[in-house]
Amino acid sequence: MASVTYDQATRVYPGQERPAVDALNLEVADGEFLVLVGPSGCGKSTSLRMLAGLEDVNSGRILIGDRDVTDVQPKDRDIAMVFQNYALYPHMSVADNMGFALKIAGTPKAQIRERVEEAAKILDLTEYLDRKPKALSGGQRQRVAMGRAIVRQPQVFLMDEPLSNLDAKLRVQTRTQIASLQRRLGVTTVYVTHDQTEALTMGDRIAVLKDGLLQQVGTPREMYDTPANVFVAGFIGSPAMNLGSFAVADGKANLGDTHIPLTRTTIDALTEEDKGEITLGFRPESLDVATEGEEGAFAINVNLVEELGSDAFVYGQLAAREVAEHVTSGAGEAQLIARVDPRRPPMKGDKIWVKVRAGEAHVFSSATGLRLPA
Amino acid sequence: MDFFLYNKFGQMLLVIIVFAALIAVLLAIAWAADRWIGKGRRWAALAVFGGPALLLLAVGLIWPAIRTFYMSFYDAGTNNAVGLQNYVFTFTNTGAVIAFRNTFIWVFLVPIASTLIGLIYAILVDRSKFEKIAKSLLFLPMAISFVGAGIIWKFVYEYRGAAQEQIGLLNAFITWLGFEPVRFLQDAPWNTLFLIAVMIWIQAGFAMVILSAAIKAVPTDIIEAARLDGVNAWEMFRNITVPSIRPSLVVVLTTISIATLKIFDITRTMTGARFDTQVLANQMFDYSFVFGDNGVGSAMAVAIFILVIPLVAYNIRQMAKNRAVRG
Repeated sequence: MASVTYDQATRVYPGQERPAVDALNLEVADGEFLVLVGPSGCGKSTSLRMLAGLEDVNSGRILIGDRDVTDVQPKDRDIAMVFQNYALYPHMSVADNMGFALKIAGTPKAQIRERVEEAAKILDLTEYLDRKPKALSGGQRQRVAMGRAIVRQPQVFLMDEPLSNLDAKLRVQTRTQIASLQRRLGVTTVYVTHDQTEALTMGDRIAVLKDGLLQQVGTPREMYDTPANVFVAGFIGSPAMNLGSFAVADGKANLGDTHIPLTRTTIDALTEEDKGEITLGFRPESLDVATEGEEGAFAINVNLVEELGSDAFVYGQLAAREVAEHVTSGAGEAQLIARVDPRRPPMKGDKIWVKVRAGEAHVFSSATGLRLPA
Repeated sequence: MDFFLYNKFGQMLLVIIVFAALIAVLLAIAWAADRWIGKGRRWAALAVFGGPALLLLAVGLIWPAIRTFYMSFYDAGTNNAVGLQNYVFTFTNTGAVIAFRNTFIWVFLVPIASTLIGLIYAILVDRSKFEKIAKSLLFLPMAISFVGAGIIWKFVYEYRGAAQEQIGLLNAFITWLGFEPVRFLQDAPWNTLFLIAVMIWIQAGFAMVILSAAIKAVPTDIIEAARLDGVNAWEMFRNITVPSIRPSLVVVLTTISIATLKIFDITRTMTGARFDTQVLANQMFDYSFVFGDNGVGSAMAVAIFILVIPLVAYNIRQMAKNRAVRG
């Protein structure tokens, strides 16, 4: 077992000016499950491939345990990788696929067989050991790819979107299987995904990347409760956080008829560059239905109600039309999402009044996008 | 009318006009079939688009095959049935042993050597800086006809007595080094190998192009997975590359085998099948068109056809098998 350290690791693809991964500093503790998450092109896969040795490191270092592996061949790094498309060898049986690395390493046949069978038992693959990958379902192939990694008993598991080729139901199932398997084996794991739900449910810690830059690292709770900037705020959480730019006056954030009180510390943290504006974020689940005239309450015109049984989400617009476009969410431009009581959902076309629950608003500098103290 | 029939330019014009008219007729039929709405539409489409090809196949391939088979049981002028006599002769005439032996050597050496050279070359130049130009160079011989290649190599192998100046490239080089000139094409049994080298020169390019495309089609993640699994270059080649391109290897090997089994032009142009370089296809040509014995010639043609069948059958079986693995 070992920790993983990225030390100012940078990757610039030939012919490109902007680094795909820019001076990444990241430490993954021994036995930890770290998820790299971000939109496509953010550098998460490149970061993983740098750790695997499939991608050169242009500057900086990568360490596994105390060993600098920056210039070490992939095979000598003592890692195992699970690929997005599984990368199973089509001409080999499941058993041969899983035992291939050991065979290359010259492990005695009996020992290979033993380790393969052990892994197959863990992954429920015993009866498929003699089949070719072609004769397996998507979920089974995914498990073979996992098995191939387990059999090697490496220091670190690398997983590159291993669930993205599964259907939604299987993905949720496999998600928990992988997470519990990792906890059982206790092997340090770096896992790449673009799906923030996967990140929140699986990771001990999450690292959010964007444009090759690390945005924030933390436990799922920290990412959800205290996003470090506007990007992380909008990326983590489903449905996405509502974000709006408000004018600051009288110790309040103002937008049309909406006035949301701000704390002293927040106002003190504002600078010249913010030009008297502030970005306010509030999650759909941080809104309470209120009545007209309550302090901080604002009206929403309901466009759509999404009923999920356990929850109901209102998709709407600020009733104050002239300022409605200042508020956005993951659902699209000028949309606002609010969670309401699923037993008494409003109707499409209704006007409802909502209010941000005290202490659950997120405040960000409108100039830098960074989180301000509340 | 005379202009079209008795004048070269007129004849060419006539051919172009006939060709254009034929295309026009085909298009008109296709157009008519397209307008056909109702029950027979499917069959009309099949007939219009498959019909001409089937017709040409029937006229150009199937009927001649039947006719050849029929003629192989008749005498030289296809007048009297002679039973299996032509077949007996095919396998027992004085030249038969040499023709069969040489054809066997050809079919054994050419596919293996061409594929091996093509494969090694494809791997060596893959993703190198000179890949395109290197591949073009090896592929170039494919663009030359067998007859053209035969003549080129005939000059390369040309032999003059030791007293004369050598005009053949190889012998010029050999005498420059101070050795005696070699009779490449005249001295059996090595002359067959020198003819085979020409065929390999042509077919290696074909093998290289197909195998190079197959190598490029091996998924990158499988190669990366193998690298992580710790393979070295040789293990990558043996365990990953070759199994992955196996379908293409089979196609290349069988295609070259079939082409080699039918080889005729190279022996014809380079030695005229003299000096013990006879092969089956050339022997068939000799009997049919030089000696005018249609019966024996046809029997030899059928013999070659029967030798090709297992190769084609193997090819098809392999294709079915690969579908089961990859799909």
